[in-house]
Amino acid sequence: MTTLWPRIEPLLARVEKPARYIGMESGSVTPEHRTDQVSWLLVYPDTYEIGLPNQGLQILYEIINERPDACAERAYAPWVDLEAELRARGLPLFSLETHRPASAFDIVAFNLSAELIYTNVLNCIDLAGIPVRAEHRSDDAPLVLAGGHCAYNPEPLADFVDAFVIGDGEEAVGEITAVVSAAGRDRRRTDLLRDLATIPGVYVPSLYEVHYDGPAVAAVEPRYPDVPSRVEKRTIADLADWPYPKHQLIPLVEVVHDRLNVEVFRGCTRGCRFCQAGMITRPVRERPADQVRSMVRDGLRRSGYDEVALTSLSSADFSGIDGVVADLVGDQEGTGCVSLSLPSLRVDAFTVGLASEIQRVRRTGLTFAPEAGTWRLRSVINKLITEDDLYASVDAAYSQGWRRVKLYFMVGLPTEMDDDTLGIAELARNVVAIGRRSTRAATATISVGGFVPKPHTPFQWFGQNDAPELGRKVGLLRDALRRSGAQVRWHDPAATFAEGIASRGDRRIGRVIERVWRAGGTFQEWSERFDLDRWVDAMGAEGLDPHWYVTRHRHRDEVLPWAHISAGLHEDFLWDDWQSALAEHGLPDCRWTPCYDCGVCTDHALEHVVGSPVPPAGGSQGTGQDLSRGGAVPVRFLEVARAR
Amino acid sequence: MRGDAGHPIRLGFSKQGKVRFVSHRDVARAVERAIRIEALPVAFTQGFSPRPKVSFGLALAVGYESRAEYLDLELRDPIDPAGLPEALSAALPDGLDVTGAAALAPRAPALQEAVTTVGYEVRVADLAPAALTDAVRLALAAETLPVPTTRKGRDVVVDVRPGLEHLEVAGEAPAASLAVELSTRSRAARPAELLTALRVLAGVDAGDGEDRVLRTHQWIERDGARLEPLEADRAPLASAEAGPRALEACA
Repeated sequence: MTTLWPRIEPLLARVEKPARYIGMESGSVTPEHRTDQVSWLLVYPDTYEIGLPNQGLQILYEIINERPDACAERAYAPWVDLEAELRARGLPLFSLETHRPASAFDIVAFNLSAELIYTNVLNCIDLAGIPVRAEHRSDDAPLVLAGGHCAYNPEPLADFVDAFVIGDGEEAVGEITAVVSAAGRDRRRTDLLRDLATIPGVYVPSLYEVHYDGPAVAAVEPRYPDVPSRVEKRTIADLADWPYPKHQLIPLVEVVHDRLNVEVFRGCTRGCRFCQAGMITRPVRERPADQVRSMVRDGLRRSGYDEVALTSLSSADFSGIDGVVADLVGDQEGTGCVSLSLPSLRVDAFTVGLASEIQRVRRTGLTFAPEAGTWRLRSVINKLITEDDLYASVDAAYSQGWRRVKLYFMVGLPTEMDDDTLGIAELARNVVAIGRRSTRAATATISVGGFVPKPHTPFQWFGQNDAPELGRKVGLLRDALRRSGAQVRWHDPAATFAEGIASRGDRRIGRVIERVWRAGGTFQEWSERFDLDRWVDAMGAEGLDPHWYVTRHRHRDEVLPWAHISAGLHEDFLWDDWQSALAEHGLPDCRWTPCYDCGVCTDHALEHVVGSPVPPAGGSQGTGQDLSRGGAVPVRFLEVARAR
Repeated sequence: MRGDAGHPIRLGFSKQGKVRFVSHRDVARAVERAIRIEALPVAFTQGFSPRPKVSFGLALAVGYESRAEYLDLELRDPIDPAGLPEALSAALPDGLDVTGAAALAPRAPALQEAVTTVGYEVRVADLAPAALTDAVRLALAAETLPVPTTRKGRDVVVDVRPGLEHLEVAGEAPAASLAVELSTRSRAARPAELLTALRVLAGVDAGDGEDRVLRTHQWIERDGARLEPLEADRAPLASAEAGPRALEACA
């Protein structure tokens, strides 16, 4: 297969940021494409700058390329200017490493990180010259796969994707390679799909029939007896066995998260009820601290980066994180300016202490995510941060030299009343007042997103707020925070509504996504290219009611469109946790407190892999604290604040 | 930033192949990473957000290749520059290769101010050799060559004739190319603007093909002599005794 480079090269002089399309990153490989190898094209269906840092894609890229029977290249969605140039010349989507046409690969596999990129998936398939609908593909068309968090509700893309991988992909990519290799290139497509469906964690939607009862899904049933009625997620038992990426890709173009990223653990049992990532990635699997240290050391030496992030859903929860941080900071004495960052869900003095250890010089901004404005609502969502904890944390931050604190909140959460929304404003005002005691320059940024209920969470039954209601709540906040010293930023409620259509959509939503795409609706995460009317019009054209999908509360006995996909969680657990939420009862973190049997460990012979059996130093939310209180506004703080 | 007690080094490098699409700013980032990979004892700026002391010469447009790029960096400790080309080339992306290094005299003028003339080799797309030769003759005979272009996002008309120091057709058809020398002084002309002027003179529009531009030289003209940047302002031998300067690196 010849490279398309000579035809692509002259086009690059005409487009924005052409270096996005040349590959050449340190860590990338140039495969030979032997005929006895199964070739994978791993596609992130958003721009290079967004997609390149994706760790999941990079991990699979390395694992596949280490196999003698496989090779992998990468592609990202070309921006609209290059897409127009390609289409004008009949040129297809291409790989970055050897600039081969996408259709020359055996497998084209998509990473699904967010619902609003679904139209880009269709666009990439089409630009590859592959029929968009799976049913129209001939035997010799590449196999179209998809994985990532959004695959836990595969139905909206079921018409377009041949097979989904549910859960961790590290082992599954090898098993898929073996099945594709054994089938050979003369196989019938339908036979290959039947074979793939025998791999645990692989869901082949065309082998399932969806039955409807009016607007509702009545059942999703396999068409054949050898096809599993329920597809269980894949889970790698121990992260220590998977020290990937060993050679993180170092892009030539500046990208988001442009730094060394080392995953310190996977999974999270904080139990935030809105958080799909926390629910579907259980149990907690920590990487051994020494492996973290060596991955950081080797990665910095190899990459030349001056920043490293210890990544996970809440890295301050890593066992012995303080020791790891102290070692990393100590290692750098005298070697220059390496900064360290870590995301944390915790809001406590311990986290601020870590941050001050890390950010010795550039104390620009520190971010906390209380998510809701009152203790009552934080008990509903199980984000058990007390106001004492929050105020003490921001006080510590401002008094240790930080000038800007960023606070993340959601509006549209279950049971939310206007008092809860306005509680955000009260928190924000108090935070600014606390900051002003340390520095006149203290500011706070309040970032507000609309809540979208996600499959496989306790909130999957909740009816989302519609766009006008979310807009009204944002307006309440803006009014309440005028001249407060706190800046309010918010996410477009219309985009939140469209995300809601896809988040809990069933198979019929595929037609809607196809219509939005055909109407030109690509890059829907980019506000300048998003238009809710396209989505509403497409729903109308398909005879579907957006509110039925987005704002309707579900019943317990309703068959959810993703009921045949298992994240390992008992449905009883999710329902009971939803009832606990409505009763405003918090649930502790099972990493350090007794098991409440969510189903993941008990049914799947898994367990937490943690370095420490006790909660992290400094105490923390949901680790044995008294959950009966937390909302008493600390009057002491307020009086001091007002006196100034 | 230069001269007082640090150890300035000038590097020459080339940028060829696919890497020609990497922006000037991203090249700078790649160089900073290469410096860290090789653990060069580079000096840092003072202040809130210390940066390594690296300064680049004239920017090269995205898409152009070059055999004559330069940058200056300042080291805390003296090192023999002879080993730098091989070490840094290995740490840089393919297509970026350090071709020479020289210790600089203290207080040497910065590249941005020192370089006076830049040479290019240009392959012009979709213009017949005869038409190209005619256009070159007309351009050289013209008093002014006004070209509509954009500067800082605004539509302006620039005259590329005053900055045009040399222009001739080199080589034979079909591999004919232009040898161009443009002044960096007053309103520096850009190769793309010159090509626009030539197309206007030839009466043709830009086609589907891509003009290929290779920067071949940068010259520092001083007292009537043309010097390559690695030759100009070399440190006198045995000047490396000033001793390392204690610089606050990070914390």
